[in-house]
Amino acid sequence: MIALLGLVVGVAAGLFLEPSVPVALQPYLPIAVVAALDATFGALRALLDDIFDDKVFVVSFVSNVLVAALIVYLGDQLGVGSQLSTGVVVVLGIRIFSNAAAIRRHLLHA
Amino acid sequence: MPEHPTNPDPPQRSDPDPALAPGPVAPPDRRSPTRSPDRSGSEILLSAMRRRPGRGQVVAGILLALLGFAAAVQVSVVNSDTPYAGTRRDDLVQLLQSLAAAQDRSSRQLDELRDTQESLVDSTDQRTVAMEEARRQLEALQVLAGTVGAAGPGVVITIDDPTGAVSAQELLNAIQELRDAGAEAIEINDAVRVVAQTAVGDGSELNDGRLVVGTETVAAPYVIDAIGAPETLSEAVVFRGGLTDDVEVVGGTVTVDTPGEVRITTLAPEAETDFIQPST
Repeated sequence: MIALLGLVVGVAAGLFLEPSVPVALQPYLPIAVVAALDATFGALRALLDDIFDDKVFVVSFVSNVLVAALIVYLGDQLGVGSQLSTGVVVVLGIRIFSNAAAIRRHLLHA
Repeated sequence: MPEHPTNPDPPQRSDPDPALAPGPVAPPDRRSPTRSPDRSGSEILLSAMRRRPGRGQVVAGILLALLGFAAAVQVSVVNSDTPYAGTRRDDLVQLLQSLAAAQDRSSRQLDELRDTQESLVDSTDQRTVAMEEARRQLEALQVLAGTVGAAGPGVVITIDDPTGAVSAQELLNAIQELRDAGAEAIEINDAVRVVAQTAVGDGSELNDGRLVVGTETVAAPYVIDAIGAPETLSEAVVFRGGLTDDVEVVGGTVTVDTPGEVRITTLAPEAETDFIQPST
């Protein structure tokens, strides 16, 4: 319940405050958002599997975001930033899809 | 992925290993042994919703708030008025280079088009000048060929011939002298235009002994209109041993008049060429 409330509050804050993103963070924000989405879907699936643990969720959320940002940063340093971020988005997208499939099986039994 | 040491459950599967990933190949995972078989997915969700707020719930809420915040910010950045705000530096550099190349191309095209325009304007000017020149030549040649009327300064020479002694020779002499003095158009008796093809002949019984100029018969007094420099033309007629003397020898008189403007309205017959062809 609180988690859902937090999500709503966050979206509302982002929409109404309209903060400007620091230039240094700009390349990492979209990747970080996708990574966090992946962690959230994983957590939802774990919840449905009855194996949810908040500590694991926090760690996986933070580490997902950090690793994604690190990969993008490394790619930028190596000169393959855009390709590598595309790759990260693809991998995370696949994982989100497989997690969403598991959630769907739990909820809809299909 | 660190595992909680006191957690009896398997680790949370936000990072599923391939072996653990439920897919079409692993349908038994649907009924996981760790999961009580009597609880459906929606019941679990509802119970999670009703769960007492704890530390873990608050932390998860904060993280989800962060996620929502970041997602909303990113969406607003992408949708903002500055479409390149979130673009990567490499992409921007590439964009800038392609724009610079396009600008180079465009300015080169502009230069070429300017050159073309200049040359076209030049050739148009040249053509205009040439056309003007051609029109002037056409007018001059029309006057010389006698196909148009003419007006300008000149002289009117009247040859009185009471005895009928003036012959074609005197008239021809007069015409030659006028031409020599630069007469541009000559007309006799307001009846015949004297051009290159005009012949002058003595009279015969057919026309009562009158002179023939071109196709016309002319009678005394002969009035010759000539356009040219008036002083030169008068000089050409009255000089000693010239036309005046010739005519006076045979008994006629010559008067030279210089009105302000001489009008010549007679046209020469249209020239027809049967044999002539232009040759280079």
